[in-house]
Amino acid sequence: MAARIDFATQCTAQPTSDDNWGETTTAVTGTSEHSLSQEDIVRITKDLEESVGLGCRRYLSLTLGLLLGLLVFLTPLAFLVLPQVLWPERVQPCGTACEGLFISVAFKLLILLLAVWALFLRPPRAALPRIFVFRALLALLVLLLVLSYWLFYGVRILDSQDENYQGIVQYAVSLVDALLFVHYLAIVLLELRQLQPCFCVCVTRNTDGETRHYNLGQLSIQRAAMVILENYYKDFPVHNPALLTASKSRAAKHLAGLKVYNVDGPGNNATAGQSRAMIAAAARRRDTSHNELYYEEADHERRVRKRKARLVVAVEEAFTHVRRMQEEELKKPPGEVMDPREAAQAIFPSMARALQKYLRTTRQQHCHSMESIQKHLAFCITHNMTPKAFLESYLTPGPTLQYGRERWMASQWTLVSEASVTSSLRDGTAFLLKCIDFSLVVTTKGIPYIKLSEEFIDPKSHKFVLRLQSETSV
Amino acid sequence: MSFVPGEPVTAVVQRIEIHKLRQGENLILGFSIGGGIDQDPGQNPFSEDKTDKGIYVTRVTPGGPAEVADLRMGDKIMQVNGWDMTMVTHDQARKRLTKKNEDVVRLLVTRKGLENAVRNAMM
Repeated sequence: MAARIDFATQCTAQPTSDDNWGETTTAVTGTSEHSLSQEDIVRITKDLEESVGLGCRRYLSLTLGLLLGLLVFLTPLAFLVLPQVLWPERVQPCGTACEGLFISVAFKLLILLLAVWALFLRPPRAALPRIFVFRALLALLVLLLVLSYWLFYGVRILDSQDENYQGIVQYAVSLVDALLFVHYLAIVLLELRQLQPCFCVCVTRNTDGETRHYNLGQLSIQRAAMVILENYYKDFPVHNPALLTASKSRAAKHLAGLKVYNVDGPGNNATAGQSRAMIAAAARRRDTSHNELYYEEADHERRVRKRKARLVVAVEEAFTHVRRMQEEELKKPPGEVMDPREAAQAIFPSMARALQKYLRTTRQQHCHSMESIQKHLAFCITHNMTPKAFLESYLTPGPTLQYGRERWMASQWTLVSEASVTSSLRDGTAFLLKCIDFSLVVTTKGIPYIKLSEEFIDPKSHKFVLRLQSETSV
Repeated sequence: MSFVPGEPVTAVVQRIEIHKLRQGENLILGFSIGGGIDQDPGQNPFSEDKTDKGIYVTRVTPGGPAEVADLRMGDKIMQVNGWDMTMVTHDQARKRLTKKNEDVVRLLVTRKGLENAVRNAMM
């Protein structure tokens, strides 16, 4: 895809011969005004088609959850109220013990309400491809529980119009108790089970090889993917496609100079042999691309360091021009008084050029817009940050969350896996998390079983002697 | 000169007779000793076996009585006037060498190469 777009820009730029199109490949960035980058196209199409599907599923699960919740909360109340409504004259009056049970039902229902609010009514973190198996099973369990209680109630109490009201109240209390225990089960299954780490996943980005390791508990593949992606946004430096073009052009140059001629006539049943011959010839060719790489990298290093020195000096000088107004100056302001945004705009021009040049040398210029730089400068001035603290976010590429929302691409992730995504992680599981122009390769390894033995040292056993080495003259 | 615990030590030794020199009120021999069973044998630069706790000659003053008597640096002293020096402390060794009522000390010393020299001479 990238090649096609490159060809398009090349046609409008300058006419070059076909043989060395690899050497004039332009980098694909998202800022040209005439061409749409690949990221934009894919993003538009994906936004259109997915906003409909995911919304439906989310609302469906939300309504089902609400219905189940209503059923769960109204059932004990119904159990208590129905005898009073249906056969009020035959119901036994409620004694002391029975009324005490009313308080118990009320408080247990309140606790259940708060617990459900804490555990289930949180904003969803992610939309997973398949259903969350444990939640579905728990919902099913609760439904079965409530239905069986209703069945019993319907047959033994409603049909026979039982008069023992205290027994009915105790029955309702037992239902609320059972629901509280199911909630305990929900906590253990949904929250506690995956806390103990037993797998170590190794996450590698396929474009530049950035690798991180995380410890995870027993999770299904989709939930593990969710945890990994949450950590990706804070741990991995932002993906910068502009840094990868150098190796691609080197690779293109490596094979570009070879042409295969078939001298044995037009029988081409040796295409495999042809490509192997090409690889062998390319390997044997004495090319000096390693030399070029070494000098190019040394040169680049020196250029970056020079630009960085100029930038640091410019920023330090700029910061000396502005200072916080003191308390006693409030009555008689010395000069023009500015708020942080204006102060940032005032000192920005003196460092803008150096900063722009540095960003261009390190190929980060499309990650930072002028607007964002000024906003960051105003933020740093407000919080009394030193020039070094201001520069920190430009000198090293930070995590993806540090940059604007358009870099996040949070809705473009695809989980590619050979095993079913609801199956749990195992030693040796490997799957892929694909984003638009890079993917994260995830491999799992079990944390080893540690056998710890003890050795007791008596504190009195720490005794020392000096190493003597004396020489005596006689 | 390997030492097997429990077995008698055998070595080819050279007899050296040193006449003490009077310097002021001291009688000096003109060399320095190191080693002893209370010392650290691993730091001895002259021993072949680094667990050897014998007494070694670490320095010989040029022109002194020891040099005149052909004592060399690195020699291991086995006996002094009949007293054994292979299993003594550093201080005991010093005392045996610096007895005030003795003018002459007769040492039995051994060094590397003595055994080869003897063997070559016999062949």
